[in-house]
Amino acid sequence: MADAGPRSPIIRLKGIVTRFGSNVIHDGLDLDIRRGEILAVVGGSGTGKSVLLRTIIGLRQPDGGTIEILGQDTARLDDRGRAALRRRWGVLFQGGALFSSLTVAQNIRVPFKEHTKLPAKLAGDLIRIKIQIVGLPAEAGAKFPSELSGGMVKRAGLARALALDPEILFLDEPTAGLDPIAASAFDQLIRDLQRSLGLTVVMITHDLDTLAAIADRIAVLVDRRVKVGTMDELLADPHPWIHDYFAGPRGRAAARAHDVEAR
Amino acid sequence: MDEDASRARAWCRAARAEGIWVAELGGRWILANVVELEHDVAALAPDAGAAVRIDLGGVEALDTAGAWLIYRLARRLANVPHKVEISGATDAQTALLERMAPKEGRRPLMRPYNPLRDMLERVGEVTINVLSRARDLVSFFGLTAIVFVRAALRPRRLRFVSLLSHLERVGLNALPIVGLLSFLIGVVLAYQGADQLRQFGAEIYTVNLLGVSVLREIGILMTAILVAGRSGSAFTAEIGMMKVNEEVAAMQTIGVDPMEVLVLPRVLATVIALPLLCFYANMMALLGGAIMSYFALGIGVEQFLVRLKDAITVSTLWVGMVKAPFFAFLIGMVGCYEGLKVEGSAESVGRLTTKAVVEAIFLVIVADAGFSILFSYLGI
Repeated sequence: MADAGPRSPIIRLKGIVTRFGSNVIHDGLDLDIRRGEILAVVGGSGTGKSVLLRTIIGLRQPDGGTIEILGQDTARLDDRGRAALRRRWGVLFQGGALFSSLTVAQNIRVPFKEHTKLPAKLAGDLIRIKIQIVGLPAEAGAKFPSELSGGMVKRAGLARALALDPEILFLDEPTAGLDPIAASAFDQLIRDLQRSLGLTVVMITHDLDTLAAIADRIAVLVDRRVKVGTMDELLADPHPWIHDYFAGPRGRAAARAHDVEAR
Repeated sequence: MDEDASRARAWCRAARAEGIWVAELGGRWILANVVELEHDVAALAPDAGAAVRIDLGGVEALDTAGAWLIYRLARRLANVPHKVEISGATDAQTALLERMAPKEGRRPLMRPYNPLRDMLERVGEVTINVLSRARDLVSFFGLTAIVFVRAALRPRRLRFVSLLSHLERVGLNALPIVGLLSFLIGVVLAYQGADQLRQFGAEIYTVNLLGVSVLREIGILMTAILVAGRSGSAFTAEIGMMKVNEEVAAMQTIGVDPMEVLVLPRVLATVIALPLLCFYANMMALLGGAIMSYFALGIGVEQFLVRLKDAITVSTLWVGMVKAPFFAFLIGMVGCYEGLKVEGSAESVGRLTTKAVVEAIFLVIVADAGFSILFSYLGI
């Protein structure tokens, strides 16, 4: 395998170009994501956060540039190589994207069925473990998505994303639509799982509290590129949008609340 | 990754050290290896009563699947009973192993399932649903009637722009499909009729067959069924999406009556458009029949018209046409009713749209049977 040690970035984007007609969204975007970090992607509406995520996970071909994930150039992979790579990441879509005709347990079973030859009993045990580690009650397994609250749907989606024990976890607005208590519980859950499972997490978020609480680094989409830095670095950034975002009243409040907590 | 290579890098073996039985684990304890590892782990059997240590010193990678196997091994050995100790685990591995302990009792992943009882349950549920829907539909009928009366008393409340737009969609836009299908039905009827009647040497009666069946039944039924499929379903989908987007709730909070804004223009447009479409369909079917009669039977246009004049009266036409507004009311009402029944997700829009079409066609045919009985009493 071509992973060149833990120091090298787990995902490396080089010169990514995204275009919709004449509308250029990303123009030569470079981004390195380090192994074992939680990277948050932020940006105004229309700056292509979701598009970037979809490009990284291969749902969309970039109009230019290269994407290297776990040391492999995704453009050069054949179908089998791409499928093998896909098993090494999990994605939580914004609305959870649970299959509505399947129960939670059946949803988590889908990746097992598709990619492994586990005996039914072992698969059942692992499904129970996933349900437990995302903090769902044990009886949630037999429920249908329509019977769950918004927070539970996200947890179930996370359990499905974690089914194959991926190395990278992609989250699209994980706390959107959750109440503050559920949102911070979800932040904590992601932090815990990231530590104990050794995950690399890439998340799109608008939640300043999430940024302050769990993001190791933040990638800001501005001017069709990204600027990466820690919360403190970005607070000092002179770029007008970044300044307004992080030094605005909400940004300051979130940073302050986190400082108080950290003490 | 190459599965064989990583498999070679995961193992467990028994050893003894200072009177302690040790399970030495090593390599990559990950999902790709668990099927084989499960067998190896199951084969581990320590000496009776010995103290047991599980040594994770050699484990290079551990995920939840591997951790589950180790947790299960520890639990199995502790139950025998042995004194079990885990050594050589990193902090992260210890944390992961701790997550394996079930916090609650074991729950089934599937719902208990009894086919017979479940079927009975569904039959009962459907029966009750059908009855309550029938009652709802009757009350919706009443509501729609009230809105109609109110609009008739105060015509200024009627939304003319909306009415015109629906008239265009229900009526004008349906002309090509209704015309083509009716024309073809006329052709088919004439051809089949001629074929059968020729056996009695009565092929000239094809014109009677065509005239009576098209004008009394087939014209209006075909048109009604087409409009139910085209427009009834569209009503449900449109209103349904507005329900999903909470537009209907927004109307109500602003004080706009959805019955007046959404239901009235649609139902009224259908009531106006369907009789016109029906007349047009009748003419197209007769045209198709006339053309077919000319080619199959050699009956000229003039002869066809003379024959037709003998076969039908104006009342034949009216018997068909008079049903149109009633059918239209049913179609429009059912379409709007199902649309307003949409709740929550977009998924229910699709389900109810199908339902609206089936119900509308069902009601149209039931009503048609009712009209037949009524007309036979009246002797028309």
